[in-house]
Amino acid sequence: MPQMICKDVSLGYDGNAIVNNLNFTVNTGDYLCVVGENGTGKSTLIKTLLGLKAPLKGSIELGDGLKANEIGYLPQQTMVQKDFPASVKEIVLSGALNKTGFRPFYTKQEKELAQSSMERLGIQALSKRCYRELSGGQQQRVLLARALCATRKLLVLDEPVAGLDPKATTEMYELIYDLNKNGNTTIIMVSHDISAAMKYASHILHVSREPLYFGTKEGYLNSDVAKMFITGEVKE
Amino acid sequence: MNIADKLSMYFQYDFVKNALVVGILIALCSSLFGATLVLKRFSFIGDGLSHVAFGSMAIAAILKFTNNMLIILPLTVLSAVVLLSLGQNAKIKGDAAVAMISVSSLGLGYMLMNIFPTSSNVSGDVCSTLFGSTSILTLTKTDVVLCFMLSGAVIVFFLLFYNKIFSVTFDESFARATGIRAGLYNILVAVIVAVIIVVAMNLVGSLLTSALIIFPALSAMRVFKSFKSVIICSAITSVLCAAAGIILHLITATPIGSTIVAANLAVFAVFFISGKIRR
Repeated sequence: MPQMICKDVSLGYDGNAIVNNLNFTVNTGDYLCVVGENGTGKSTLIKTLLGLKAPLKGSIELGDGLKANEIGYLPQQTMVQKDFPASVKEIVLSGALNKTGFRPFYTKQEKELAQSSMERLGIQALSKRCYRELSGGQQQRVLLARALCATRKLLVLDEPVAGLDPKATTEMYELIYDLNKNGNTTIIMVSHDISAAMKYASHILHVSREPLYFGTKEGYLNSDVAKMFITGEVKE
Repeated sequence: MNIADKLSMYFQYDFVKNALVVGILIALCSSLFGATLVLKRFSFIGDGLSHVAFGSMAIAAILKFTNNMLIILPLTVLSAVVLLSLGQNAKIKGDAAVAMISVSSLGLGYMLMNIFPTSSNVSGDVCSTLFGSTSILTLTKTDVVLCFMLSGAVIVFFLLFYNKIFSVTFDESFARATGIRAGLYNILVAVIVAVIIVVAMNLVGSLLTSALIIFPALSAMRVFKSFKSVIICSAITSVLCAAAGIILHLITATPIGSTIVAANLAVFAVFFISGKIRR
């Protein structure tokens, strides 16, 4: 079932398009990796998918019962968060805020959801720790647990391993893969890491000024774009 | 007469009790939003708004309004909304806009007070508006009631929206993406901060109000590690500092506003050092 359908979407700032004619479909249970050089509109695409920004042209439709506020998001860390005094539990629980509506406090159910999200990612032991004192990998897990509180249907991840050491990187990829395979959570991930994309993703979207490729991973491997991009990356 | 006798004599008067209660309420309210402003890098908005409040007070004085609040409150709230909505996509960016608005209102306010003097002692008036006066000891019944109502509203708002304020403070884009109306809450917080500043001007004067807002939060953040404990700690230190400042004022006759700020600074120093030691 298609969860998200992008039709003839153009992205950009102040009326200047960065990407034109994006057409792609994300089905429930897909693992889509968005790759491309810097400055080709990957971040803008993420913002548009999340509804933080309107597309210049075209439309993004949601399907399979997915509502606009049921898209979980793992953003890149901001400066504000680096010295933020908050416990892990407070942050994870804040993911359930979209379920509260006008209710000012969290219900027992929502607190249990936060608990189970922490268990799912193996961070329940950290629940009372201060976020700013955790390692980069632990912080990413906290933010991922928060996203799981918001939804289990679709997660959008913006460079989830940026700044992590190799071990934490692998662990993070495995966790995401596990959520996708065993939790049936659809994943849309922006990444520079083409080898990880080839290992875990089911679909690849390669963006540049024109969308260069969209399709399955197997098809991408045989495309000219991939050959140039992958060897180009090696040269750098 | 020893200090205890002196104090018990003072506290027989209703106006002294009123001052203490109002001072504590103001300190409590202003501390609640400190953490949010500091963490969102909005501390300067508090400072800017306090200058706007000074400018509007000058206008109110010239127009000879019986109740200054009717002018000061709407103008300051309006500036808060303008500053915040300018923030993201204006030609003049956030901090520059704040600097511009705040020095303009400071300059125009002082100019107006000089062109249309309302009393023979203009510089005395200006000084007491900027640094607080003994006005907290001369509060009328209406002032006290108004202060109670506004503080009550601020505290209720904070409790009802606590979780939303946390989420929007910690990660605005995540909040937006999951359907939280972050823009609305930003504006609401700015409006409330404007209200707090106008009320707090009575206590410490317009130049020192932002100290009342950010100092308790900065102190608490040195030591405490969860958002809730930071808020609770800043509320407690703020109230204690305000009470200490008012009592010291009664004993030593130092200006109320600067005494409270000095108390806050001392507490900050203690928290800063203990934060370093614990690490």
